[in-house]
Amino acid sequence: MSTAVTQTWYMTQRQLMVFARQPAYAIITLVQPVIWLFLFGSLFRKVVELGGFGTGSYLDYLVPGVVVMSALSSNMWAGMGTLEEIQRGTLDRFLTTPVSRAALMNGNVVNNGLVTAAQSVIIVLLGLLGGADYPGGIGGIAVLVVASVLLGTVFGALSNALGMMVRERESIIGINTFLLLPLTFLSSAFMAPSQMPSWMRHVADFNPLNWAMVAGRSAMSEQPDWGVVLGRGGALLALAVAAVWLSIRTFRSYQRSV
Amino acid sequence: MNTRAPAVEARQLIKTYPGDVTALNGMDITVEPGTVFGLLGPNGAGKSTTVKILTTLARPDSGTATVAGHDVLRHPDRVRRAIGVVAQGSGADPVATGRENLRLQGRLFGLKGAPLARRVDELLERFTLAEAAGRQVKGYSGGMRRRLDVALGLVHRPEVLFLDEPTTGLDPEARTAMWEEIGRLAGDEGLTILLTTHYLEEADRLAERIAIVDRGRVVVEGTPDGLKGELRGDAVHLELRAPLGEAGRTLLEGALGALAGVHEVLIDRARVSVRADDGAAAMPRLLGELERAGVSVATATVARPSLDDVYLRYAGRRYAEADPRSGARDDSLVLAGGAR
Repeated sequence: MSTAVTQTWYMTQRQLMVFARQPAYAIITLVQPVIWLFLFGSLFRKVVELGGFGTGSYLDYLVPGVVVMSALSSNMWAGMGTLEEIQRGTLDRFLTTPVSRAALMNGNVVNNGLVTAAQSVIIVLLGLLGGADYPGGIGGIAVLVVASVLLGTVFGALSNALGMMVRERESIIGINTFLLLPLTFLSSAFMAPSQMPSWMRHVADFNPLNWAMVAGRSAMSEQPDWGVVLGRGGALLALAVAAVWLSIRTFRSYQRSV
Repeated sequence: MNTRAPAVEARQLIKTYPGDVTALNGMDITVEPGTVFGLLGPNGAGKSTTVKILTTLARPDSGTATVAGHDVLRHPDRVRRAIGVVAQGSGADPVATGRENLRLQGRLFGLKGAPLARRVDELLERFTLAEAAGRQVKGYSGGMRRRLDVALGLVHRPEVLFLDEPTTGLDPEARTAMWEEIGRLAGDEGLTILLTTHYLEEADRLAERIAIVDRGRVVVEGTPDGLKGELRGDAVHLELRAPLGEAGRTLLEGALGALAGVHEVLIDRARVSVRADDGAAAMPRLLGELERAGVSVATATVARPSLDDVYLRYAGRRYAEADPRSGARDDSLVLAGGAR
């Protein structure tokens, strides 16, 4: 057991190093959310006047939305990295060592989780700089960060599994492009639920991105509804565990196909 | 492990890929411990698939294999501890330095602390990478990368080392250097090396025993000299100006084969390959017979037997032609690679 943990740490270190040594990539990952924040913040500034946002400042409402959207959009590309490792022969090299298969995959998961957490905190801080108000305090922010890490884990693991199974860049690009905006807009990321058409609200109930959204936003409000936070958070956790398990299983199908 | 047991033993391996592509069709190999064994064959012959199965990466549809005494299907983890793998693609992490790559590889095998640091330094020194140890691998030349790949395969002092086409894509200078390196490795106490290659010269030069692989199985096995020795006399190759039809081929094969001192005649489109006791003496008779048949000859060569001829004899095709993916450049290398 402890070997698997140590090996997971070796694999995480390796991935973090890749991230740290490619500053352009790191900066883009961290800066892109800033663009969303100020673009959407300016564009939709007046929608709060419609009511139902629970705040008079759209920025307050927007920050958790951008945190969650960014968690989704940065993690869903994880499969590209795995694909590169396959094509380069790195994955095969690891698979012929005694390293635990779970450690191989979990290194990805932990690395993506750390990057997502850092990205989320940066967005929250930038929001603060822009004048956003977080009545839920540190606790609320922590819940938002955890929820976005879990959401990122779900899509990161699925993306890795997809990368191993289809082994084509085009499929990952296609699926991501197809999913990102619908998942984002079929949620309360940018618009108050009471302003959404009722069918959209119902669809959003099944959208994991919206689970992260609802849990984070509730915890960050003045009066958090902990039942909602735990319910949605628990569902996300269960989904994340299932997705990681599936991605570890994918090694077997990968090994059948090589 | 018992030193008399084979280091690698594969029995009747069969592997089919989706779309009914048969990669292995009854592959049998036995490699004695402490030897260098060469799997020689064109691309697509099944060499890499064999290595993937023996290194626990892929599973065969049927058949059995043991490596270092462990069953690859039942105890893949034990096999992984005993083997070093240098695959075709460079598996080194381009963003990490050479030293970091080696250190991680060692850690995955449970090495740590001072012994790991010593082993890493030792390998960097041995593969003349000490100077570049602190640089990111993406800046390495092809030869440096390949040396690092081999070093990665050796970190944990494996019993069996798999080298899958170790010199493919290297320039001639780096290839020669790699050959010298592999030659030195072969001298290491107890290390067994299974090498795959599509360069005849490489197999001839490095391997003590060679198995020629064609269409997913071994067609012949032996020492390079033994295989060449089985061929009686010289090889005479004639290139015709125009390919022969089926009828002309049969007729000509009969006519040439009836000549004194000529043993085997094989005609493949415009190529005539003949085995003769004395190639130079047979040449005028062969040319005369061809002229009588009204066939004009573009080129004619006489050569001492090479592995290319061994391949031709057992696989029924010339080596370069059997390689579906080899480009013009590769062809010339392969042909030049024949020890003639």
